[in-house]
Amino acid sequence: MISWRSTWSIYTRELMRFLRTAFQSVLAPVLTTALYFIVFGAAIGGRMPDLGGVDYGAFIIPGLLMLTLLGETTSNSSFGIYMPRFTGTIYELLSAPVGVSETLIGFVGAAMTKSLILAAIILVTARLFVDYSIAHPLLAVVYIMLVAAAFSLFGFILGIWADNFEKLGIIPMLFLTPLTFLGGTFYSIDMLPKPWDTIALANPIVYLVSGLRWTFYGSSDVNIWMSFGITLGFLAACTAVIAYIFKTGWRLRA
Amino acid sequence: MNEPILELEGLSKVYPGGLKALDNVDLTIRQGEIFALLGPNGAGKTTLIGAICGLVRPSSGGMRAFGHDLATGWREARARIGLVPQELATDMFEPVEQAVAYSRGLFGLAPDPKRIEEILRSLSLWDKRNERIMALSGGMKRRVLIAKALAHEPDLLFLDEPTAGVDVELRKGMWAIVDQMRNRGVTIILTTHYIEEAELMADRVGIINRGKLLMVDEKEAMMARLGRTEAHISLAGPIFELPPSIARYPIDIEKGGTSLCYRGGDGTGRGKAEVAEITKALIAAGIDYDGIDLRESSLEDIFVSLLGEEDAA
Repeated sequence: MISWRSTWSIYTRELMRFLRTAFQSVLAPVLTTALYFIVFGAAIGGRMPDLGGVDYGAFIIPGLLMLTLLGETTSNSSFGIYMPRFTGTIYELLSAPVGVSETLIGFVGAAMTKSLILAAIILVTARLFVDYSIAHPLLAVVYIMLVAAAFSLFGFILGIWADNFEKLGIIPMLFLTPLTFLGGTFYSIDMLPKPWDTIALANPIVYLVSGLRWTFYGSSDVNIWMSFGITLGFLAACTAVIAYIFKTGWRLRA
Repeated sequence: MNEPILELEGLSKVYPGGLKALDNVDLTIRQGEIFALLGPNGAGKTTLIGAICGLVRPSSGGMRAFGHDLATGWREARARIGLVPQELATDMFEPVEQAVAYSRGLFGLAPDPKRIEEILRSLSLWDKRNERIMALSGGMKRRVLIAKALAHEPDLLFLDEPTAGVDVELRKGMWAIVDQMRNRGVTIILTTHYIEEAELMADRVGIINRGKLLMVDEKEAMMARLGRTEAHISLAGPIFELPPSIARYPIDIEKGGTSLCYRGGDGTGRGKAEVAEITKALIAAGIDYDGIDLRESSLEDIFVSLLGEEDAA
């Protein structure tokens, strides 16, 4: 039987941790996004043609949102579980009458909440630079939540796997960010020459960016259901890995 | 005798790499007692606590707490167990009151500001409730960890080296806190390097080395069984054989006949009484003496002797 009080305690404590560093947590992504809009939206975007009838400045919004969402969600969640392991405070969580459900809902729920707050801030920031509208707002929110949940779980696994700060940063830095940049954040896959347009489809981030772009503008590089399927598949895979971690105590219990 | 609240049966832990940290440990803890677990570094004390509290996965054996099997009924059991770790591990950026309230919530209890206030006051932390933990002294940080462990009102509390690295005054303060908890009826299992601590506070003592629980007994019974009195009697002149009136006592002639050494008694005062009888007998036999050096063995002597036997074996 899940303890909702325990879950709420973990969730609110994680959010408090976020609020303690709110200035850094919010300002950094807002500033980065603003810079992207200035460089790619205003400076370069003015010379770019419309893509599928969407102004280039508006076209990059879902990609930029995904770029921030994946990075921030993964790092928030990985730090959330890595730091207690690193400082030894995880003893309290492990010795409490809480299981995988409370832990996951608490940590992942908090990471998701932070990401949604950031997503909202980024959309507001984008509005200052570009005029845009969202074709399927409800689906956009659902999709953002799904991606945030999947990458919170991924970050949680990363935070348990990592045994030093270098490992904690290596996956987001060496894999996640490059794949997001190459995943159609700033361009449509159609713009790539052959065979790169086909090769690009091996990049899973293409489906995520494309899926979010569809919820914004009703058109995308790949089928929306393919995007939903891949996101849900990743979510299920991460959940299974975490269930295994908790069952075996891998890197959590000596 | 109070009912058992914790029962360990054949508990073993072998770490990857082959280190056997716990070797077939059997132990029963009774409600309301203070149990001191003594052992040198690496003896298995923290592993034993970790196994009960869910930080360490046992390799084999069974554990029951409050009637629940810890493998299956861990939620019910852990809700009644508190742990104060050896390391000062807590979020140092968190204010004291918030940290303690979090611990209560984590264990599934409703917020209770009155109870939190009571705990903080009893640990002299109320004035520091809004301070970040990082701003507190080492002794206060340790008290915060105790407050966190008490926040969910546990019936069984583990104190892992509660006075490690704190000065004498703080150590005495910690003993007073343990006394308060004892009065509240909390069962306490503490590990310590300071044997005087165990001697002062514990009802029962367990001695562990290399993962094996060598002995568990009431403190007084252990002293009675293994305690000794040692007396050195300096004689005014040398003697070469014992007078018949004291020959039945465990006495050796030492230092060329100028000293008698008595090693006997049982830690209950019998040794002192025998030394008094010996001195009277010496006077009656016309043997004069000019000094007596009398020493009762402590729990520390028993501990060292037991570990010595274990090492020799």
